[in-house]
Amino acid sequence: MITFEDIVKPENLVYEKTSLMTDKALSYCPGCGHGTAHRIIMEVIEELGLEENTIGVAPVGCSVLAYEFMNIDMTQAAHGRAPAVATGIKRTWPDKIVFTYQGDGDLAAIGTAETIHACNRGEKFVIIFVNNGIYGMTGGQMAPTTLPGMKSSTSPYGRDIETMGNPLKITELVAQLPGTYFVTRQAVHTPAAVRKAKKAIKKAFENQRDDKHGLSFVEIVSNCNSGWKMTPTDSNKWMEENMFPYYPMGDIKVDGKLVK
Amino acid sequence: MGELKLMKGNEALAEAAIRAGADAYFGYPITPQSEVIEYLMSEKPYERTGMVVLQAESEVAAINMIYGAAGAGKRVITSSSSPGISLKQEGISYISGAELPCVYANVVRGGPGLGTIQPSQADYFQSVKGGGHGDYKQIVLAPASVQEMSDFVKLGFELAFKYRIAVLILSDGVIGQMMEKVELFDQMPRLTDEEIYEKFPWATTGKKKGTERRIITSLDLDSHKMEEHNHHLQRKYKTIMENEVRSEAIHCDDAEYIFVAYGSSARIAQKAVDMARAKGIKAGLIRLITLFPFPEKQLQAFCKQGVKGFLAVEMSAGQMVEDVRLSVAGCAKVQHYGRFGGIIHSPEEVLRAMEQQIIGG
Ligand SMILES: Cc1ncc(C[n+]2csc(CCOP(=O)(O)OP(=O)(O)O)c2C)c(N)n1
Ligand code: SF4
Repeated sequence: MITFEDIVKPENLVYEKTSLMTDKALSYCPGCGHGTAHRIIMEVIEELGLEENTIGVAPVGCSVLAYEFMNIDMTQAAHGRAPAVATGIKRTWPDKIVFTYQGDGDLAAIGTAETIHACNRGEKFVIIFVNNGIYGMTGGQMAPTTLPGMKSSTSPYGRDIETMGNPLKITELVAQLPGTYFVTRQAVHTPAAVRKAKKAIKKAFENQRDDKHGLSFVEIVSNCNSGWKMTPTDSNKWMEENMFPYYPMGDIKVDGKLVK
Repeated sequence: MGELKLMKGNEALAEAAIRAGADAYFGYPITPQSEVIEYLMSEKPYERTGMVVLQAESEVAAINMIYGAAGAGKRVITSSSSPGISLKQEGISYISGAELPCVYANVVRGGPGLGTIQPSQADYFQSVKGGGHGDYKQIVLAPASVQEMSDFVKLGFELAFKYRIAVLILSDGVIGQMMEKVELFDQMPRLTDEEIYEKFPWATTGKKKGTERRIITSLDLDSHKMEEHNHHLQRKYKTIMENEVRSEAIHCDDAEYIFVAYGSSARIAQKAVDMARAKGIKAGLIRLITLFPFPEKQLQAFCKQGVKGFLAVEMSAGQMVEDVRLSVAGCAKVQHYGRFGGIIHSPEEVLRAMEQQIIGG
């Protein structure tokens, strides 16, 4: 009979948790994409050997506690202000690797000015933008990215574009700015998507490491199963059917050139 | 003796930032302090010392750049005037919660709202009572000359790093705009990366192998821990109250009547003291240099000395006067006099107020 000890051997190892994730249990709802996004960012930093030189910035949103899970130096920022906080760090420590991890309410509503101006100045850091179409942390209110007709606690009859405006495609918007060097939209809901997203994140960090001109911006379209009031599986299906048509996957700008 | 120059208050502050070895200035233009960023941009401190100067998209962004850089152990400074300082309050609250050192200046103008671009001292409450949310304090230095606009930058950084606290240089449109002779202190070196790693074990500089990682935050969802953090902050503020009070007493030894003032009002009140003395009135001036910590004990000592009354002179409807009343706790008469909304009182007016409201009243 094969015992536990027979299996758990170094030569049988196929996957290992990155040492850049702490052992603390994630505070995210089961099925939420935040945890996966955290993990692949940390894997990239570890694989590139950047951990001793990296400072992360996590502002307010469900991921405000990212510093509990990401085993690197981190600064918690006020709601929407991460790109300014990261600017302060990167400008005074130009040799460090700096990234922000922001939700859609954070990046595209309260922090729009900070986002656009950091992109426009071509700040040499990475922005990871998790777009789940809703305010997760505060209990499922409408976000700037909430789809037309989509229900939330502050659009209980569905987002009415006449009075509430259209969802903001901020990623397409920042891609127009000469200051952005790499702009891409990814997802983390399937193994294939995770692989692609990780490649994109790696490229973003490599750009910064290699001191490329401008900011690298990675949007991750993700689910908020709690806020959307769905099971995790249903939320991923709903995301594919409804979010992806509005927020199409893939690179928008590569090496400073628009590709879409 | 240091280099002597004729400079505007705002320029002296900017030059002092370079000489104090600041790593960065982040700011947004607003009258009457735009000379600070203009001076820095034209001086090219990035060539002189490597200091970064960046015009931010707003005061909100500027203070958050300060937060980020200060959290990473850098020596950083910003400045603005009243409406811009209001915008910075969220950031100041976060800086206070996370205990980050920084220096910032408010060259105060008249309010409320867009108000006026003329000088005022109506931001006292905002400065010393906590303009943002939560129980926090900052050290508030009140310069009364162009010389102090320079000196307090150096002092401000010393205090900011000693206590890991925000230090506010509370100036006003008079001090910021006027030109005076200033003796500049010698260039201080910026800290090297190694010195920052060594001196600031709390700063986020990248987690070195085998060391504890560093986190800059003001958040704790456990309210017991948050209460403990607040106790810690309060203990720190108490230490500052015990050790960092600064004031200047002028003709107070035999005084029966004392003007209490700071900043440009103190200069006006000093003139009123001379005029009063010429008339045979035993008047004195206590010029407040730190507004937090407030010179409570110094004021109480005047009560024991038999002072009969205090006139708080400030370009506001009466803000600092409340702290004077609290300090002397009824031992002597306390009144307020001040013009506001951008009007500056004259020494004659101030003396008349002392005669009518305190001596005769
Ligand atoms: C100044 C300020 N306004 C409002 C809030 C409350 N708030 C916290 S998180 C949040 C929205 C977060 O949504 P998002 O950025 O999309 O992140 P998610 O939680 O969905 O990951 C809001 C409105 C706050 N903390 N600070
Ligand atoms: S509320 Fe939504 S975004 Fe937040 S952890 Fe839960 S599922 Fe994720």
